Amino acid sequence: MTQIAPVSADASPGTAPALAVEHVGAVLGGRQVLHDVSFALGAGELAGLIGSNGAGKTTLLRVILGLQAQSVGVVRIGGQAPGRRASGVGYVPQKFELDPDLPVRARDLVALGIDGNRFGIPLPSRRRRELVQAMLRAVDAERFADARVGELSGGEQQRVLIAHALIQRPRVLLLDEPLASLDLRSEHEVVALLARLAREQRIAVLISAHDVNPLLPAMDRVVYLAGGRAAVGRTDEVIRAEVLSELYGHHVDVLHLHGRVIVVAGPGGEQGSDLTLAHAHGTDLEVSP
Amino acid sequence: MSSVLHAIVEPGFFGSAQVHAALAITGAAALLCGVIGVFTVVRGQSFAGHALSDINATGGSAAFLAGISPVWGYVAISVAAAGAMEAIGIDRRRGRDIATGIVLVVGFGLAALFLFWDTTLSGASNATNEVLFGSIWTLSPGTVPIVIALGAGAITLLAVIYRPLLLSSVSSELAAARGVSVRIVGALYLLALAAAVALTCVAIGAILSTGLLIGPAAGALHLSRRPWSAMASATAIALAASWLGILLAYDSYYWPPVGNGWPVSFFIVVLVFLFYAGARIRAARG
Repeated sequence: MTQIAPVSADASPGTAPALAVEHVGAVLGGRQVLHDVSFALGAGELAGLIGSNGAGKTTLLRVILGLQAQSVGVVRIGGQAPGRRASGVGYVPQKFELDPDLPVRARDLVALGIDGNRFGIPLPSRRRRELVQAMLRAVDAERFADARVGELSGGEQQRVLIAHALIQRPRVLLLDEPLASLDLRSEHEVVALLARLAREQRIAVLISAHDVNPLLPAMDRVVYLAGGRAAVGRTDEVIRAEVLSELYGHHVDVLHLHGRVIVVAGPGGEQGSDLTLAHAHGTDLEVSP
Repeated sequence: MSSVLHAIVEPGFFGSAQVHAALAITGAAALLCGVIGVFTVVRGQSFAGHALSDINATGGSAAFLAGISPVWGYVAISVAAAGAMEAIGIDRRRGRDIATGIVLVVGFGLAALFLFWDTTLSGASNATNEVLFGSIWTLSPGTVPIVIALGAGAITLLAVIYRPLLLSSVSSELAAARGVSVRIVGALYLLALAAAVALTCVAIGAILSTGLLIGPAAGALHLSRRPWSAMASATAIALAASWLGILLAYDSYYWPPVGNGWPVSFFIVVLVFLFYAGARIRAARG
């Protein structure tokens, strides 16, 4: 497979991480959704942003993107001062409906990643065409480049959206639940693709998911969110009974089964529980025989 | 040769000033509808577009009452209604449908009153027919430049916002993440839609104008995989239906009842429907 050239590492060869989230808090509709969340990701690192529905995952991603204002704290991209950063961050939003008759081919959607925000009609340009082709190749999407995006499978659409987000060469790629509603095989392929892109293109990749298991083989770090608070570190540091019990504010057990992780509410977990049953079930159901 | 031509095109067609005006007006409307209709269908706003067309009955009938050209009534009410839709928030589907439906009914109520006054007080006995179903043969010659200017303005606006509009029509989240001001782009699109609707109302009347706005675009989506070619196909369908419709309406002066032409809008919407059905059948056969 041909790869496109990695982003030149000229800027910040020193210590500045690709993404730094510092003491971020956010309020949404009068409710404190994020409390004092801090973590950093280096270029080439892949991290999972894990938490149940309502844990604040999407809010955190929107704060990093600049689409949602934090109440306190700072987000830095590549060590730069906080401010305009839309160009430094690529984003793949949560699954949305694409009508099968939408007259937009995969390659058109990728091209909109270059200049979809600009006014005027794009002039045909060979450089632009080649850039799109290279990006399609990088995500292994050349086969269906000329199909309507709405006719593609979930996994194929994810590849196209990743190419759309990456064509501007951002330092940081955020993906909101990219594995939701994918079958096991596409899930595996998308995770492998993201791990490869993080490595080859030296970008920091942050993937939100309600289940940690599909990301386990690829993840360098985990940002585990519960009730708006975060526990951050290597997977084996964070996904432990003591750490998660403190995060959830009540006892939880972490079970290991055939290389998979299951987080379940322990006895006495019913009062003031942030750990929803849906979350426990969600992980439970992933256990393969 | 000329006898064959005569059998299809009744004498005088190409020399008639009314025909020229009709071809120009429907041409401008078809061009604009072909382009903007694709966005309207893709954005799932066919009902909003339909409501915007229908409420033009209020503007058209009010213009008759005031004794001014209905074009100005159409433009004024379209822009006002588009502004109201933007204020309500056209992207929130449920609230939008309810609010649109209620405003539409009030608009029709007012149109009923205005048309009653038009026909009783100001003696414009044909106002109802003209506003609801169009009257392209009886338009004043001054209408043509207004229509062409409006159409050119709206097409220019669409060309300027083309990329952000396309991206936000695919997904407003994606567009916002790329730094597009989704709300402003949506408002500018509605302004162009208001112009398109005013034009189609002049061409084929308030009730039927959706036919030209939605029908060609819906057919084109079955034929094209790319935004550009979808707009080109939609424009081709709209133009073919409009001009063929005018030709048939002209010919129909010689059909029974002889001396009374059939309504142009009838031919245009039937042709749009036939093109749409043809496109669907073609797509279904692969």
